[in-house]
Amino acid sequence: MTLTRRGFFVGTGAAFALYPLYARAHVVPPPPPWQANPWISIDDKGTVTIMSHRSEMGQGVRSTLPVLIADELGADPKHITVQQAWGDEQFGNQDTDGSSSVRIPFLALREAAATARMMLITAAAAHWKVPEKRLDVRDSKIWDGAKALGGFVELVHEVKSVPVPKKPKLRALKELKYVGKELPQRDAEDVVDGVALFAADGLGWNEPGPLTAVIAHPPVLFAKPTKIDSSEALKVKGVRRVIELPAPKPPIGFQALGGVAVVADNTWAAMKGRKALRIEWDRGPNAGHDTAAYTEELRASVKRAGAQMRNVGDVDAALAKAATKVEAEYTGAYLAHAAMEPPAAIADADQGSATVYACTQSPVGMRDEIAKALGLDKQKVRVNVTLLGGGFGRKSFPDFGIEAALLAREMKQRVRVQWTREDDLQHGSFHTTSVQALAAALDDKGKVTAWRHRIAYPSIDSTFDPAADKPSDGEVGMGATDLPLAVPNVRVEACKATAHMRIGWLRSVCNIPQAFAVHSFLDEIAHAAKRDPRDVMVETFGPARVLTAKELGVPKLADNYGSPLDKTPFDVARLHRVIDKVSDMAGWNRRGGRALGMAAHSSFASWVAVVASVEKGPRGELRVDEAWIAADCGYVVNPDRVRYQMEGAFLFGLSNALHGAITVKDGAVVQTNFRDYRLLRITEAPRKIHVELIASDAHPGGAGEPGTPPVAPAVANAWFALTGTRLRSMPFA
Amino acid sequence: MKLDVNGSTREVDAAPDMPLLWVLRDLLGLTGTKFGCGEALCGACTVHLDGVPVRACVTPVARAERRKVTTIEGMKNSALRLAWIDLGVPQCGFCQAGQLMSAAALLEANPKPTDDDIDHALAGNLCRCGTYVRIRAAVKKAAGGEP
Repeated sequence: MTLTRRGFFVGTGAAFALYPLYARAHVVPPPPPWQANPWISIDDKGTVTIMSHRSEMGQGVRSTLPVLIADELGADPKHITVQQAWGDEQFGNQDTDGSSSVRIPFLALREAAATARMMLITAAAAHWKVPEKRLDVRDSKIWDGAKALGGFVELVHEVKSVPVPKKPKLRALKELKYVGKELPQRDAEDVVDGVALFAADGLGWNEPGPLTAVIAHPPVLFAKPTKIDSSEALKVKGVRRVIELPAPKPPIGFQALGGVAVVADNTWAAMKGRKALRIEWDRGPNAGHDTAAYTEELRASVKRAGAQMRNVGDVDAALAKAATKVEAEYTGAYLAHAAMEPPAAIADADQGSATVYACTQSPVGMRDEIAKALGLDKQKVRVNVTLLGGGFGRKSFPDFGIEAALLAREMKQRVRVQWTREDDLQHGSFHTTSVQALAAALDDKGKVTAWRHRIAYPSIDSTFDPAADKPSDGEVGMGATDLPLAVPNVRVEACKATAHMRIGWLRSVCNIPQAFAVHSFLDEIAHAAKRDPRDVMVETFGPARVLTAKELGVPKLADNYGSPLDKTPFDVARLHRVIDKVSDMAGWNRRGGRALGMAAHSSFASWVAVVASVEKGPRGELRVDEAWIAADCGYVVNPDRVRYQMEGAFLFGLSNALHGAITVKDGAVVQTNFRDYRLLRITEAPRKIHVELIASDAHPGGAGEPGTPPVAPAVANAWFALTGTRLRSMPFA
Repeated sequence: MKLDVNGSTREVDAAPDMPLLWVLRDLLGLTGTKFGCGEALCGACTVHLDGVPVRACVTPVARAERRKVTTIEGMKNSALRLAWIDLGVPQCGFCQAGQLMSAAALLEANPKPTDDDIDHALAGNLCRCGTYVRIRAAVKKAAGGEP
């Protein structure tokens, strides 16, 4: 990799090359000579610009999708310019969630690139008077066999009059030259030089600095200020104004949370101003919410039958006559995303339009909600996407962007909204808190004959629908109703749980609690039957086959996390493959006295098996010293980043398992900062994490999330192997 | 007041209790130093004062007067930067300036750190993406050893 080193100061061309729109928001660039489609344009020097339409939040999407497009087109990825797309329907779905950025637009992006390639070939055939079928496009040149005829610059005007072909012809995967190999990381240099621009970093060096707003959000969801005394806040040097934000109406949905904003010349003044506010709150309908009492409520809920979500055979009869019955209850705490970058946005807005720069996972969603909140036509709102300092699902909510737009319009000036860590932990879109009860019947050989899984947690649906009072189809479809079980009697039930918090998506979503429960429970069954946990797991998942709605006992199986079933069926053979692979990697059959735990889980159209090795630390605490991960994500465009997502997902899952707990008292979150909402530190990270990807030409699966679900149960199972103590509550400590 | 930042003298009009972080970011436009917690709990704002790593979010600017302030924009350890790029260490990148500043101070004091030395020196730098294992490897590579 050739490195171009720049001076170590702010304001180099780098920031502008990355964000031409960002740095010069109100200057419309001249249209490129050839705009092939929303993703690809070529300028009059022959330079290819590719739009990256998904948000970069650490998963490496800016190092991945533009290379895929360039490779299919025949452009040299080292010489493309990558531009971050703003929120606009022309780019299709831009929601960077569901581990979908490669697997969902994989074919559409290649078709767009192939279309452009075919048009270039048609133009080249006319230009050089060579039959089209002899021509190819590679590394930004037009080739007649081994002879390079020229580049894009000769064709960029002529290609405009070429008709758009109706059927794009894709290259075979093996003809792609760059993807599938180690790809350079597009923004790494900017990151290490400190010039990569995140949401709070201003609009570029040449722009005047914005005002900064820090907001006192309602301490409880739907609390409202009854009295605001801003006199002391306004005395703080640099504070300009104190502004009450509109209160949301239930359900919270994608609205901003309300509260009182302090707008100041700089962030420090705004923070001091907020501290000086005196606000009395009507704490509203959720003031009684309390973690300890609520957990008891959920415990009571799973003692009763819930709504039937999956049913095969007769579970009650089988449990009644079981030779051995195994039962266990698992709990999980609310989690906050705690991305290292707290939410932030910068906005310009007036009565007729708004332009916002934000670390958003959903730029079209944010645009639409800003339009709604400001009463604007959505075409008058522009949402530009900065780099995200982590997202994990929190930044799918647009509240901070709405706040910035409202305040910019009110101040008639550019405003940056800066959330503090306290805001982030106390006013997030929380991962749900859960209780699950599992019961299994075993026959006299220790084989599972019945499986009952009751699940209670406040649903994400409740954020949008006040009537939603139990886990939804989609939620229990993450590791409970889609779990392969070669068991004749199975029932999964969704039990009542009324929501009192804003519940949202967090990396791998409901797979976190459900994978923890089912893979811990399989281990418990193995120990009850005095059998090897891996053998019991494989036997219970059953033989290689494709799961159907009928076998699972569910009304329908529409798709695999949005991937079509004809491309990515629920294929148990792929689960077997990763189990076999990880067993080899970790030396499962030769583990001797080493305390290993295993879990294997399918989610987001990928299959991941994890083995964790644990030991006791100096204070008797659980430490993971080594981990092995085998993943089948289908065809992999950017293997280094996919392996790194698996490694990161392991540490994310370990952090949740060891420390992750948001608790609530009197409706308000108790935790305030990293002292009481702990994240995993480098001292707690295993010395070695081994990742292997299964080589595959199958349609791509997800990469960002599927590594997380198996981590907590693998670690808990290893701890049982070491100590004989079963961990049934997350976090473990 | 006058500050020496990355070798240049900068004049700032700041209250003496304003943390150095906000002077750097909001008054001087040096946005490479990040705000992660405001309470010296995450290390994202790590800068050097006379070569010693400090958390800029809790360091009143008055403490930086007449001392050399070094931020990521002025950090000179190119071996560390190259190791970081070669091993593809960053994910989202937000914590990385702080990680690099802590690592640079470690290598200054201890040119051949062990895994334990690295863990000790970087224990105050949180990463949510999970870059810790590659950070260890990159620090050792920058020190001229095997990653």
